[in-house]
Amino acid sequence: MEIQYYIYLSLILFFIGVLGVIIRRNLLIIFMCIELMLNAVILLLISFSKMHADGGSKLQLVDASKAASDGQVFVFFIMVVAAAEVAIGLAIIIMMYKNLHNISSQFLNRLKN
Amino acid sequence: MTPQAILFCILAIIAIVAAIMVIIQKNPIKSILWLLVVFFALSAIYFSLNAQFLAIINLIVYAGAIMVLFLFVLMLINFKSLETIQKKYRFVFYAVVIVCGVLTLLMLLINQTQSLQKVSILNDSNNVGLIENLGKTLYLDYGVPFELTSILFLTAIIGAVLLSKIKKIEI
Repeated sequence: MEIQYYIYLSLILFFIGVLGVIIRRNLLIIFMCIELMLNAVILLLISFSKMHADGGSKLQLVDASKAASDGQVFVFFIMVVAAAEVAIGLAIIIMMYKNLHNISSQFLNRLKN
Repeated sequence: MTPQAILFCILAIIAIVAAIMVIIQKNPIKSILWLLVVFFALSAIYFSLNAQFLAIINLIVYAGAIMVLFLFVLMLINFKSLETIQKKYRFVFYAVVIVCGVLTLLMLLINQTQSLQKVSILNDSNNVGLIENLGKTLYLDYGVPFELTSILFLTAIIGAVLLSKIKKIEI
C-alpha cells in the first residue's frame, strides 16, 4: 500500500466535512461534520506515523521511531480538544434551543443586534 | 492486489459512503448513526496501521462517549420542529463545485509531490502503537502539555456548567 491512498482518503473525508458545514443549517449536523474533519486529520497523522516507523520517509529524520510515536501522541491531544469542544458546543446548542426553540444556524444572525 | 489493499479499499468505500450519508440525511438521528459507521470503519483502518491503542481509544471516546452525548442532546431537543428552511439548490451546487475543485487540486498536488513518491507502507508490524511506547512518549516527552490538557478540560467543564446555569435571555 502506498501512502498516497491514505492521504486521498483523508482529504476526501475532510472535504465531505467541509461540504457538510457549508450546506447544512442544523447546528448538530455542523458539529458532527467538524468531528468528521478531526477524524480525517487523525487518519493523516496515524498514516504518517506508520510511514516514519517503517523507515519509508525520505525526510532523513534523526530518530524515526520517536517521530512515529510523536505522531500518535498528537492524536491524543486532538481527541482532548474534540471532547472539550463537544462539551462546550452542546451546552451552547442547548442554550440556543432554550432561547429560540430552534437550532438552525440561520437564527444566529440575531446575535448581530 | 495484496489483502491489505483490498481491506483498505473496502473500509475506505464504507467510510466515504457513510460520510456522504451523514450530510445528506434529513433526520439527525440517522446521520448520527451513519457517523458511527464512519468511526467504526476508520478504527479498523487504524488497526491496520499499527495504531491498536488509538483504534480502541477512538471507539471508546468517539463512538462511545461523544456520539452518545450527541444522541442525548438530540433527545432533549424536539427535532420535529427543525428543518423548516427551504433548500437553496443553487447555493448547494456552488458549494459542491468549489469543494470538488479544491479537492481535485490538492489530490493533483499530492500526486506530484516528490517526497511522497513510491513511499509504501509496509506490512510488517512494529510496536509504536502499543500502549507501552505511547505511555513512555506521553509522560516523558509531553509531560507539560499533558498537564495543560487537564486545565483545558477543567475550563471546558466550568464553561459548560456556567452556560447551563444562565436563565432565559430576553431577545
